[in-house]
Parts: sequence; structure tokens; C-alpha cells
Amino acid sequence: MKTSVAIVALAAALAWAGSAAAQNKNVKIGSLSDQSSLYADIGGPGSTVAAQMAVEDSGMAAKGWKIEVIAADHQNKPDVGVSIVRQWFDVEKVDVVVDVPNSGVALAVNNVIKEKNKVFLNSGAGTSDLTNKACTPNTIHWTYDTYALANGTGNALTKGGGDTWFFLTADYAFGAALERDTTNAVTKAGGKVLGTVRHPLNSPDFSSFLLQAQNSKAKVIGLANAGGDTTNAVKQASEFGITQGGQTLAALLLFITDVHALGLNASQGLTFTETFYWDMNDGTRAFSKKFASRMKNGNVPTMVQAGVYSAVLHYLKALDALGSNPNDGAKVVAKMKEMPVDDAIFGKGNIREDGRNIHPAYLFQVKKPSESKGPWDYYITKATIPADQAFRPLSESECPLVKK
Amino acid sequence: MIPLLGISTQALFGQLLLGLINGAFYALLSLGLAVIFGMLNIINFAHGALYMVGAFCAYFLLNLLGLNYWFALIISPLVVGLLGIVIERTMLQRLAGLDHLYGLLLTFGLALIIQGVFQNYFGSSGLPYAIPRELTGGTNLGFMFLPNYRGWVIIFSLIVCLATWFMIEKTRLGAYLRAATENPALVRAFGINVPRMVTLTYGFGVALAALAGVLAAPINQVRPLMGADFIIVVFAVVVIGGMGSIMGSIVTGFMLGLIEGLTKVFYPEASNTVIFVIMAIVLLVRPAGLFGRTA
Amino acid sequence: MSVDTASETITAPVEAAHPRDEQVVFLIMTAALLVAPLFAYPFFLMQALCFALFACAFNLLVGYVGLLSFGHAMFLGSAGYFSAHIAKVWGWPPELAIIAAALGAGVIGLITGALAIRRQGIYFSMITLALSQMIYFFCLQAPFTHGEDGIQAVPQGKMLGFINLSNQMTMYYVVLAIFLFGFLAIHRIINSPFGEILKAIRENEPRAISLGYKTDRYKLAAFVLSATLVGLAGATKAIVAQNASLTDVHWTMSGEVVLMTLVGGLGTIFGPVVGAFVIVAMQNYLAGFGQWVTVIQGVIFVACVLAFRRGIVGEIAHFFKRSL
Repeated sequence: MKTSVAIVALAAALAWAGSAAAQNKNVKIGSLSDQSSLYADIGGPGSTVAAQMAVEDSGMAAKGWKIEVIAADHQNKPDVGVSIVRQWFDVEKVDVVVDVPNSGVALAVNNVIKEKNKVFLNSGAGTSDLTNKACTPNTIHWTYDTYALANGTGNALTKGGGDTWFFLTADYAFGAALERDTTNAVTKAGGKVLGTVRHPLNSPDFSSFLLQAQNSKAKVIGLANAGGDTTNAVKQASEFGITQGGQTLAALLLFITDVHALGLNASQGLTFTETFYWDMNDGTRAFSKKFASRMKNGNVPTMVQAGVYSAVLHYLKALDALGSNPNDGAKVVAKMKEMPVDDAIFGKGNIREDGRNIHPAYLFQVKKPSESKGPWDYYITKATIPADQAFRPLSESECPLVKK
Repeated sequence: MIPLLGISTQALFGQLLLGLINGAFYALLSLGLAVIFGMLNIINFAHGALYMVGAFCAYFLLNLLGLNYWFALIISPLVVGLLGIVIERTMLQRLAGLDHLYGLLLTFGLALIIQGVFQNYFGSSGLPYAIPRELTGGTNLGFMFLPNYRGWVIIFSLIVCLATWFMIEKTRLGAYLRAATENPALVRAFGINVPRMVTLTYGFGVALAALAGVLAAPINQVRPLMGADFIIVVFAVVVIGGMGSIMGSIVTGFMLGLIEGLTKVFYPEASNTVIFVIMAIVLLVRPAGLFGRTA
Repeated sequence: MSVDTASETITAPVEAAHPRDEQVVFLIMTAALLVAPLFAYPFFLMQALCFALFACAFNLLVGYVGLLSFGHAMFLGSAGYFSAHIAKVWGWPPELAIIAAALGAGVIGLITGALAIRRQGIYFSMITLALSQMIYFFCLQAPFTHGEDGIQAVPQGKMLGFINLSNQMTMYYVVLAIFLFGFLAIHRIINSPFGEILKAIRENEPRAISLGYKTDRYKLAAFVLSATLVGLAGATKAIVAQNASLTDVHWTMSGEVVLMTLVGGLGTIFGPVVGAFVIVAMQNYLAGFGQWVTVIQGVIFVACVLAFRRGIVGEIAHFFKRSL
């Protein structure tokens, strides 16, 4: 008698547990970014806000889902990033990692995420290797990459008459990759690279390198660097009369927060490629207004933060289509690749088999102070690069997931 | 235009001049550090952070109080100097008599605090600060275009450096300071308030750092981490110059600017590291530094 | 820098070591570490153990020989790169990779030590900083390190052919074994005749020379031993984390180990272990606070220097009037 009661109780418990597992509607999203230094304004706390907004806008809570967003600071150190991510998976049961600027950290956590079969929605890092040599079935590279930036800016400027280039390159792998990709785009468009100089990372003073660039008489000076290096170089270039002398400055990686930090006086005329601008259409404006109201400093979203929003939204749509959280990263990513992407932020696009999210890119130019109507009104759209031309074509891909 | 070692002499002169300008910064920054170490035996690791505070002060003076660059040149060092006096009075004084490595560790901790707090409130992208109107534009020197502001930097730094050196080495006040370091008890016996001199010296040293910060604000982005990049280079300058020697730091600062400028032309990736190679060589050959008195 | 006997030097523990106390504390520490993975996340514990070994080896040099090095990160980082490269590109098994990398760090220690030992005090520290910056530059430029991307996806493999390191618990006990080995090695060095000479050199070098000891050789030997043990820590860390990056050769890492040792207690044998655990725990569990971590570290530095100069273990030892 007692045994049969026990068996019934056990069976009921198992059935209940089984059904609970089948109905797992718990999701935990981890926003891993640089919260305190170089990239904090580009991703950082803003990415966490973007993720939370996506969760709210998805309407999933009403369908019985329990979604949580947590954040951490990888401090631009690959081992800290790896350590956080491992702890997130083993202890906190995080399902998906988003953002991760800094290519070194992104590549490091990419491996861990594949090993643990979770999901990686990278919005912040530039390295095109994430969908090339280092591609995995668990990773989607959402917003931009070095190929898109180099191609957009290099191609457009060369075709527009800037056919001789000189590079100021940050002496590390990312800078070198940016220079290499841009050189390819420039030479393909019929231009020539007259020279390059590699500067140490975090150089405060660019006067010497800018002088070399000036002496080269190249029509375009390409800044293959990021963050503080780019802003310092731009500021000092205007001091040395580079743009007044007729040379064009092309920043290869620039965000709206950098332009804000420079001020329009120093940054006017700068040309570069991005994939999002807050003032492009009603959809982007509505999103950006809501975002800015939730930010402590009132900043509008950068393309990285907008990318986090868009990626999380699409991820949740995929989960909704699956019905529950399968705890299988590759499965969710496969579903995300099946569904076309369509939101107010990036427009229409799709995710390719190598994990690359395709959408249009834009060539922007910074307005003159007289043309700007107020803070954050900084860009003129010079050209739109359609989605199928903006990113590395599959035919050139070294990703093992791409069937040749 | 004869190409010399692969680049034209014209371009070379341009680079050397730029190097000298950077050297002026190094000299000014290391001057404050040398004064503090020479007089107080404190290795002030917070120097970079206080340089940054000086630059931020200039930014606030302009954007909150409408006071322009020329006011900032005077007010900012005073404010930071005051801060330095507070730091010395409340914390550094307790370490008097201890191994001076404790002073280094304390100021290192202070640097972390100051930088962390600023980073929290101002992010990392930096804030814009424009070159003062009177100094915009530039002159074409023939071999290069020299922005007027850069010319001002080099002249102003030279004046400040030489004035400081003169004050310490040639005036009575300076003599008191130097005596107070060597034999505080005896100097006290003469009725001179040694602890107060120490406090004021520290304040003066960090005021120099703030002055360098104000000078830097128009040309570098005003960012919380702007001092952290400089600090170990400035250390190296002081060590090479000779840790007690004011003239040593000044000369080494300018010299280093020149050498760095040349490195940027021929092997730019190493321009951050060349100073350490020189420091290692100098320390092995002449440990007291180029101008230092032997310990 | 003149020898100032009146001022409190940064290093000397006052009481003589009592073997019994040390044994008791050692047993407590080992027991705690054996059961720790049941309470805390093993990955974090392994990192803390690697840093603890790093701090202990650093303390060997500063606490017992009196040489404050500002460049110890060069051994941690380069050993990490060696071990990652050897395990990944040459395909050696992990135990050989770790040993080879530690020896590599020892060789670097020999070269840098030979240069640095020639000066004392603050000048010694500055030379170590300069040399460490040059090594950083080398690591940045050398193609095998992949610059700021670092060496990724380092295989963990099977130690001694059969211990599967991919299992986190197994890996933890292997790392614990390595740590205990290093710790006991340091203890042995300190409490040997060689160690006594080192302490004599720290107390009064001219006297030691007058007694006939070639102090430079002893200092160099201690430097190399310290470098090799730091290398052991770095090499193990690279296998645990499966990557090697520039962070480990940057000068701020040298600053971190000073912080760990200071917080734990300079010149105490258990201090660095405690300090390392405290600092690593802080960095991990406060990671959500972003900017404030730096501020908190700064506050701890300042507080330690002003009030807790003996560090956690030092204060405890002082309270109990023992030597730990």
C-alpha cells in the first residue's frame, strides 16, 4: 500500500517536473560590456537599457515568460570576460550574452559560448572574424564589422575622388585589420595607398603622425583606430589645419558619442560609415527618444546600443515561435536565422548562415556647427549602401558553416 | 631638400619641433614630480590624476562659470594646489618617517579613487575644450605649419620651468626648502615651520601638474584617464633626470620629447617604449640619473 | 637611497616564526581549500589560487629579501603566453607546457635579474618597471601572441595522460596541488640556510658582505626562484582560463600583486594568499558595479597604508603576538 502511494506520488512528481521543463519560459539575458572605460559610452550601461527596453517591447511577459537582464563589466580584459561568462553559465544560468565590445574579449567569450551551447548576440565588437574564421552556430554578429566600415568608407570616398590614402593605424590587431580591409576596398575602387604609420595604442599626441600624413600629400587620411585615439587625432588634425589644407579625414570607426565628445567645431566634415542614426526615420526617432529619457546622461543610442535592442527583440521572437526555452543555443540561433529581421531600427534584413546579420549601411558626414539645430543633430546622410553590398559576400567567406 | 635617413630635412625639422613641444609637457609634468620627490621624498603617483583634475577644472570654469582659459591658467592650479594641501595634511603627513614606498602606495590608491570617481560621472569619451581664440591659427614656418597654441605651450612651459628652478635653487625660500629636506631638525631649530613648508611644497608640486593639465586641455580630449597614460612616462623622466634634480627633470623632459619625436618617424610603434629602454640604460650606467646627486 | 635605520622599513616581521603555529594554520588553510569548491564557484577559486601563488612568490622577494619589484607581471604574462602557445601550437600535454613555461619565466628572470640586481631600493624597482615595459612591448609586437586578441582556445588536455582537465572539479584539485607545491617550496626556501642568508641580506647587506657572502648571487638566485614560481602561476592560469592576453603583462598587473600582498600582509607567509583571495573575490563579485571597483580598490590601498600597514594576516598575527 505504502509502495503504491509512493509510486503514484513519484510519477506525479515526475510528470509535473517534466511538464515544467517542457514549459520552461525562463530567460536570462547577460549584457557584457565595458562599463567603465573606453567603450562605456558606446555600449556599457546603455546596452543594458537597450536590452531591457527590448524585453518590455516584446510583450513576452504577458505570455507568461519570465525574462531577466543582468549586466557586468569585462574591463576590456579577455580573461575577465571569460571568467564572467563562465560564471554566468554555470552558476547564474544565463542563456544569452549580448553586446561585448572589444574584439579581443569577443573572440575569447565566443569560444566559451560555443562550448556551453548558449547564444552570443554580439553588437559591440568590430572584428569580422566573428562571422569568418571564428564563426560558430551559436553566434550572430548583429550591428557592424570592420569589413562593412572599411568597405563603406573606403569605397565611397575613393569613388568620390579621394583616390590617394595615408593611414594612421593603431598598433594592434584591430587597427591592422581595419587598415587591411580599407586598403582592399580602396584598391578595388581604383585608389592607391601612399603610406601608413602605426602609432601605439592610447597615444595622447598625434602631431608627429599627422605631420607625416600631411607631408604625404594624400587626398584622404584614414584613421584606423578607435575611441580616444580617434578623437585625439581628429582634434589635433583641425589644430594643424589639415582639413583647411584640402585633405579629407576619414574616421574608420566612429560613434555618435565620439562626435558629441569632440564637438562639431572639431569634427565637422568627418566622413564615416555607421548602420544606425537616431534621426533617420520616425521609428528610430521614437526608439531614441525613449532610450534617451532612460539614460542618466540623456545620450541618444549609438548603433551598438540600437543593435542590442534589435538583437534581443529578434531573439525573443524566436523563443516565442519555439514556444519555450529549449536550453539549446544552436537551436535558437537556427530559428533566428530562419526568421527575417524587420524592425524600426535597422529596417528589413536577414541573418545569413555564417551568423552575419545583413542590413543597409550608411555613409554619414558630420554637419557644420551652423547646420546643426541642436544637441545630437550631427549627421548628414551622404549615401546608403544596400544590405547585399554592405557586408563581406559569402563567396569570400572562410566560415566553415557556409556551404560552398 | 636632401633626404636624411629616408626623410627630407624639412620634415625632420618639423618632427623635431613637435618633439620639443611634447618635451615641454613632459618637462612641466615631471617638474612637479621632481619638486615633490626632491623636497619631500614622496613618490607622488597621484600626479597624473591631479593633472587630469586640473584639465577638468579648466573645463568647469569655462562651462559653469564662463571663465575662459586665461582665468583657468591661474585658478585651476590654485584649486588643485589647495586639494594637494588637504591631501598632504590629512594623509601624507602620517607617513612621514616611513619608508617612502608607502607614500607611493598611498598616492597610487588616491589616483585610483580620483580617476574612478571622475570616470563614474563623466564616462570615458571625454569633453571638448576649445583653443582660446587669441591663440588659434598658426604660422607657416616654411618647413611646417606650427599652430600658434603649440608655440605658446613651449614658451610658457619654458618660462614656468626656469622660474621654478630659479626659485628653488637661487632664492632664500628655495634654500630653506632644500635645507629642510636634508636636515629637518636643524632647520626647525632655526624657527622655521618645516611641516608647513612640506605641505606648501606638495601643494605647489601638484599645482604644477594642474597647470600642465590646463595647457593640455585644448589639444588633448579632457578625459578621466588622460593622466594614467602619462604617469609612468613622467616617472621615467624624473628617474632619468635624477630624482632630486629640478634641472635634470627639465632637461630630460625636453630631451625625451626630442627622442620620442625621432622614434615616431623611424619606428613609431616603439615611441611609447623607447623611454624605458633609456631609463634602464641610464639606471645601469649612472644610477643617480643624469643630473642627480649620488644617494 | 641611504640606509635609514630609524625609519620603519616596509618588510620586517618582528616576531620569530614558530613552526607549530605555521603548521596549524597551514592545515586549516589546506582543509578550507579542499572543501571550498562545494561552497564557491570552482573557476573563481582556481583563478584565486593562481593569483595567490603569484602573490606568494612576489612576497618571497619583497618580504624576505627586501626587493620591491614593479615588474613582476612580466613573468606572469610571459609564462602564460609560453604555456598557451606550447599547449596549443606545439600540442604538448599540459604538465609539460606548464613546466616549460615556468622554466622560460625563470630564464627571463635570470636575464632581467642580472640587470636589476645591480642597483638597490627605488632604483631596483624602477629598473624592473622599465624591463617589464619592454617585455610588454615585445609581447605586443610578437606575432605569436596575437597582440591584444591574445591566444585563445588553449586546450586543457589530459594531465599525465589520464587526468582529464576539462572536468572543472578535477582541474581544481590539480591547480590546488600546484599551488600547495609552490607554497611549500616557498616555505622551504624561507626556512632553509639559504633563506636565513636572504633575511640577513635584507636586514643589513654590508654586514652580510663583510661576513664573506656574495650577496649579489644570493639576491639573483632569489629573484630567479621568485620569477620561476610566478611563471608557474602564470602558466597554470593560462591553462585554466584557456587564454593568454596582454592584461597579464601590463604594469597595472604588477600593481595588483603589490596590492594583494599589501592587503594580506607583507612579509607574512599566509598574507599573500588571503590578499589574493580578497582582491580576486572583490573583482569578481563587484563586477556588476563597474566603475566603483577601481574606487574601492583605491580606498582599500589608502586604508591599508594609513591604518593597516601589516595587512590582514599581519594584524591578526600581531594581535595574537605570533608570526604567520
